[in-house]
Amino acid sequence: MQFDQILQYTLSGLSTGAIYALIGIGFSIIYNATGIINFAQGEFVMLGGLLTLSCLELLKLPLWAAIPCAIVVSAAVGILFERLAIRPLRQPTPINLVIITIGGSILIRGLAMLLWGKDTHAIPPFSGDEPIAIGGATILPQHLWILAITLIIIIINKVYFYHTISGKAMRACSYNRRAAGLVGIDVRRMVLFSFIISSAMGAVAGIIVAPLTMTAYDVGVMLGLKGFCAAIIGGMSSGMSTVIGGLLLGVLESLGAGLISSGYKDAIAFIILLLILFIRPQGLFGKADSERV
Amino acid sequence: MKYRFTYLVVSALLLLATNVFAAGTIKIGALFAVTGPAAFLGEPERNSAKMVVDEINRAGGVKGRKLELVVYDTAGDATKAVQLATKLIKDDKVVAIIGPSTTGETMAVIPVVEREHIPLVSCSAGSKITDPVKKWVFKTAQNDSLAVGRIYEYLQKSKQTKVSILTVSDGFGASGREQLKSQAAKYGITVVSDDTYGPKDTDMTAQLTKIRGSNTQAIICWGTNPGPALVAKNVRQLGIKTPLFMSHGVSSKKFIELAGDAAEGIKLPSGKVVVADILPGSDKQKKSLLEFVKDYQKHYRAEGDHFGGHAWDAVMLIRNAIARGADTAPAIRDQLERTRGFAGIGGSFNYSAQDHAGLGKDAFVLVEVRNRDWMIVK
Repeated sequence: MQFDQILQYTLSGLSTGAIYALIGIGFSIIYNATGIINFAQGEFVMLGGLLTLSCLELLKLPLWAAIPCAIVVSAAVGILFERLAIRPLRQPTPINLVIITIGGSILIRGLAMLLWGKDTHAIPPFSGDEPIAIGGATILPQHLWILAITLIIIIINKVYFYHTISGKAMRACSYNRRAAGLVGIDVRRMVLFSFIISSAMGAVAGIIVAPLTMTAYDVGVMLGLKGFCAAIIGGMSSGMSTVIGGLLLGVLESLGAGLISSGYKDAIAFIILLLILFIRPQGLFGKADSERV
Repeated sequence: MKYRFTYLVVSALLLLATNVFAAGTIKIGALFAVTGPAAFLGEPERNSAKMVVDEINRAGGVKGRKLELVVYDTAGDATKAVQLATKLIKDDKVVAIIGPSTTGETMAVIPVVEREHIPLVSCSAGSKITDPVKKWVFKTAQNDSLAVGRIYEYLQKSKQTKVSILTVSDGFGASGREQLKSQAAKYGITVVSDDTYGPKDTDMTAQLTKIRGSNTQAIICWGTNPGPALVAKNVRQLGIKTPLFMSHGVSSKKFIELAGDAAEGIKLPSGKVVVADILPGSDKQKKSLLEFVKDYQKHYRAEGDHFGGHAWDAVMLIRNAIARGADTAPAIRDQLERTRGFAGIGGSFNYSAQDHAGLGKDAFVLVEVRNRDWMIVK
């Protein structure tokens, strides 16, 4: 029985962790391109879920069409956010930018509350909700979707950053913005790209998790913080270490809730965050001065 | 200078005019958490209170006098609630106050109304509001203890003695947890596991896996949407066959909508609003309930719930007190205390000097979700 339980905790933790990882990568992509922590990242997770709902219910689109539609609209919101809030800033000191992203997140959340109301909404699962038994544990088809989609996105991410011109340009910006500008890379464009990619990724995370957890105008806050945690554990890298950070966080949370006490579930995430920041600010896997992409 | 004089005269006239106009009206204050985390309580409460006051006035008021409702939004904040309560008493000069929506706010407002001698009819559920009895404080929401009693009574009857409880870590859940634990012994029930989850948690499989591993005969989850819907889904995912009970916090169609198929077979104690149309004709509350549901549907195109019902009851209790001849704060308080057999939305109210909560166990019925609808459990 004990083994079954641990298997169940681990599987539940992995699927929650995959979501944290996706959100975490969104954080690090923007951080690497601009040097700011985009605290509005969680709101794109919320937008993904709620926009899918609107596409399904208002536009009567089938699920396979509603999802791309929601991702595109979320990315458009990401563009607007960068254009209207980040780019016009005269003196982009980090503290100004961080405060702007916090303000932006409150604004987006407020607008979402007006548009969708305060209720929680359910979204149908992608392929039924008959539980699948694995050993003594059970998961839902949606968990498989989450793991598969996360994996695909991580692979696409890798290919983009290492095998395309604009991906390489973005990495160049993250190493040294000034030098990147000097060799002819349009740094501002890269910043815009980073916002598009991370808002789209946030939206994907929000969409694939919504059938399990449901969605509401305020789901972005907690998910955003957990994603931030994952990114910190991963040392703000947009590669594997953030993914591992997310998965680790999810599993630890789940094991903690099951084996110690459910009251400490969120505390576990934040204790890990603090420990990492105190002891290994470069991330769990980072060398003191590692590459960050 | 000249302008200032004119301004003074005009404002004085205006003041006089409102006074003359308002002479016949009776002012009732209301504090609801219309925005913020408790908006799911405050919004239907405000809507219902406005609706019923409008209706009373359209029907000619009470004893020929119109009622005026002054509503403030507390945003669920106890400090704000205290400030607004003072404002209602000092500036608006109300004779009675309805609300606030949450137990925390109510407890904060109680010292104010006790000092100022203004009757308060709270719409929140915490039993400590009227236990011990405070001279000026009444409430309309059913005590959690009554809901817990309903579930335990059923379990006792069906000889299930080992329960697991899973409660949300907010005021509602904490109060439920306390009641679940303290009343268990009285019904010969033992709580074999006691877990909580956060109001924003998105996955409760860890807690439920732990429960699955225990020898429990029933799971009782205490929370408000969306948490319990997730619990229902997780229970289904984990293939747990143990009967699942919920609290009255989720007795709305929204819960069934969120939990979908996972809601089937779940039992919960509920105020009678959601089952108004299937209540037996002999039920004293049926008339009030149907009226309330129909009106709410007409005004707001939404289903009336028991939260709105708390405000409806509060307005009607005060209206009835006024109808019995009270029009000052002390008189309204005395008349409220004399309320007997008022069949409202939350139940049949019988206030007395010893009981300012006024409801009995019949305020709750045990319902079960069947085919995406409610069914009364006999």
